[in-house]
Amino acid sequence: MKPQKKPATWPNDIYEVLKQVGIKQVAYVPDAGHTQLINSCNADREMKVISLTTEEEGVAMLAGAWLGGQRGVMLLQSSGVGNCINLLSIMNECRFPLLMLVTMRGEWGEFNPWQLAMGQGTPPALQHAGVVVQRVDRAEEVREHVFAAAQLTFNTSRPVALLISQRIIGFKDWSK
Amino acid sequence: MATKTKATLDRRAVINKILEKRGDALVVTGLGSSCYDVGAAGDHANNFYLWGGMGAAAMMGLGLALAQPTRQVLVITGDGEMLMGLGALATIGTQGPRNLSIIVIDNELYSETGMQPTHTARGVDLAAMAKAAQFPRSATITTDAQLKSWVPQLYAPAGAAFVAIKVNAARYPMAIRLRDGAHIKNRFREALLGNAAFD
Repeated sequence: MKPQKKPATWPNDIYEVLKQVGIKQVAYVPDAGHTQLINSCNADREMKVISLTTEEEGVAMLAGAWLGGQRGVMLLQSSGVGNCINLLSIMNECRFPLLMLVTMRGEWGEFNPWQLAMGQGTPPALQHAGVVVQRVDRAEEVREHVFAAAQLTFNTSRPVALLISQRIIGFKDWSK
Repeated sequence: MATKTKATLDRRAVINKILEKRGDALVVTGLGSSCYDVGAAGDHANNFYLWGGMGAAAMMGLGLALAQPTRQVLVITGDGEMLMGLGALATIGTQGPRNLSIIVIDNELYSETGMQPTHTARGVDLAAMAKAAQFPRSATITTDAQLKSWVPQLYAPAGAAFVAIKVNAARYPMAIRLRDGAHIKNRFREALLGNAAFD
């Protein structure tokens, strides 16, 4: 059975929450799961969108943004979480907020075996690095989860990662 | 490999000459000697001292420069620290901030860890890499005269600037004792943002 592709509304829900909480810098390493959201942010003149070469750049950049009084977000795939680990020590030592929206791979219905190690390792790796890990498994709950994660990180100055389940993103069609 | 000329500039003298003109500039240091040197030049609430997070300094400068477009941002770091985050040159080059200057105090050594040579000792040209990454201004500085003419340019919001300043292998004590990260961050934000730091 080939899964049906339905138009997703959750990426726009995230975009609306990012606007609501005053996000000004959007750092990303591209992920198929974040395509629509990246496009929305690129079209927004009030947001500075920064394409990174590696996710650890985003950790450092958003610390700089907060030093300068701006809120930011990082959009990344679970495989990029491993790239961030040492720089997350900055967030801990200095108590910087950091909002990471992580689209998951290597879990629900994954086709690529190379994604499993980092996908399965993402929650414990983040926890060991001192990041508060939250998770959303249902598309209709994405909005409130992103809002809650943003409140948590910016009000308590702690790094927070919201893992967006691969089930929400859907199967990758590799049949052709 | 290019023939190496013996560097004569002294790292602390170089940093003093740069920072005596700082005005209201915001400063981010890399870890290790550049952190201690900036502290030795005179502690300042708008210095952010990285004591860890190797490879983070340039990107931290970018986030700060984008958030504070009317303030000049100086990143002062070492060659080893810069080499760990070379991708940042491409990201900064493509963003094109007007108000960001990256200053690499280049002794061609990992001086914190036993004086092992870095790739700049083997001919890697950081200023050329910055230029290739679309920094509109970049140079390698080896003399006092070059430094003197570059200092005002480092404070000019005329596009991202990159300088690699070749210095000798002298090492100095850790003049700065302040290393509590939360304190350094909160002090920086309060000095820059006033009460908005607590929003």
